Amino acid sequence: MQAEDVPLLPRGVRCHFDTVRKVDVLLGPERVLMLDQIGLAILQRTDGEASIAQISDDLAQTYEAEREVIEPDVIAYLQDLRERGFVHVRSA
Amino acid sequence: MCAAPNPPMAMLAELTHRCPLACPYCSNPTELAAKETELSTETWADVFRQAADLGVLQLHLSGGEPASRSDLVELVIAAREAGLYTNLITSGIGLNERRLRALDDAGLDHVQLSLQGITAEMADRIGGYTGGFKRKMHVAELIDQIGFPLTLNAVMHRENLDDLPATIEMALRLNARRIEIACVQFQGWALTNRAALQPRAEQVVEAKRTVAEAVERLRGQLVIDFVPPDYYSDYPKACMNGWGSTGLNVSPDGTVLPCHAAAIIPGLEFDQVQARPLRDIWYDGPAFNAFRGTDWMPELCQGCERRDIDFGGCRCQAMAILGDATAPDPVCRKSPGRATLDALLAEDRQGVEAPEYVYRR
Ligand code: SF4
Ligand code: SF4
Repeated sequence: MQAEDVPLLPRGVRCHFDTVRKVDVLLGPERVLMLDQIGLAILQRTDGEASIAQISDDLAQTYEAEREVIEPDVIAYLQDLRERGFVHVRSA
Repeated sequence: MCAAPNPPMAMLAELTHRCPLACPYCSNPTELAAKETELSTETWADVFRQAADLGVLQLHLSGGEPASRSDLVELVIAAREAGLYTNLITSGIGLNERRLRALDDAGLDHVQLSLQGITAEMADRIGGYTGGFKRKMHVAELIDQIGFPLTLNAVMHRENLDDLPATIEMALRLNARRIEIACVQFQGWALTNRAALQPRAEQVVEAKRTVAEAVERLRGQLVIDFVPPDYYSDYPKACMNGWGSTGLNVSPDGTVLPCHAAAIIPGLEFDQVQARPLRDIWYDGPAFNAFRGTDWMPELCQGCERRDIDFGGCRCQAMAILGDATAPDPVCRKSPGRATLDALLAEDRQGVEAPEYVYRR
């Protein structure tokens, strides 16, 4: 995956707040993923419009962090989710 | 038990044991629940709500063939209202465009379509249902048109394992997002046909190679989950991710089981949803506590470094093969039971020609 790619949550994948465990989860076919704060922050910005670069910009601003550090992390995170079928990509 | 059990993540609702197919590897119990004993729509809806309150996130609607229930759409509506991620496990028989569109409107999240073979000749012979394959392919097209995420569940055994590459190609052609390559597990009816279904050693080697290659090639395009043939493994599978730790099954008549084969274990006491709240069944039910945690384990497993990886393996398999549900799974190479399993495997392999199937009717 690259900075210009636009990630999206395909049909059948959705975020859900688990009221019993008090944690955000990502639900997909045969898979449940518990989300930490960073994961949730990335997925909240994964709207099928924003590119990875834009998501990284936004995160860098919000969390006052180094953009150069954030972008590779975002790519790695979404890449992993893509391999597990949670995320699709629209190529730029 | 030391620590309190965690809430369950997944529930398998066996809506009915009725099924138009007669697969020789059906893992349902050999005694099926009759239609008259099936839970009503309202009871299922209540069970779904209880499950969600208990912490269940994913619901698998299964059977038999769940489409044999005329209230399937209402059940999906109830499941989604309860907040559950809802997956339909089906052979496709009994679904048509009108019903699939209604399921779409009801909010069905995902469809898992079983595949008996890649040609009509093979699939219909294995399913014991003429014309089944053609209807399934039509249903697969409709699923794609509507846009449901699709998992193809390919049940593999001696007769079709050589078709694995073509099976993976079929998943791509049908636009499946995921394929589950499930080598037959010998439970229920499948045990009767073990000798006919048992793959040959060379087939297993080749299948593993095919899977490894496909995983690399299709990364990001198709998710591939592989359930290897048990008897060829060195260590057992992690049964249910640990007995009473993650999931529960509700049978058509409301009996709640830690796993769908658990009824074969003598002496286990099962509760029914009609008689007891699901929460109590999960936390306090005797069947759920029977093999929960590690206290019940034989010494061999207690002291094993894989204790928290495979949890001693499958209780039902220990029962079926060794007649002792508290023994280590006989797949385990460290266990004394392995000799018994190896003897069966050797017997299975002797037959050069696969014996005839005994169909489930
Ligand atoms: S004990 Fe576990 S592995 Fe064995 S049949 Fe039951 S669920 Fe499956
Ligand atoms: S000894 Fe028990 S825990 Fe260890 S691998 Fe065998 S079955 Fe699993």
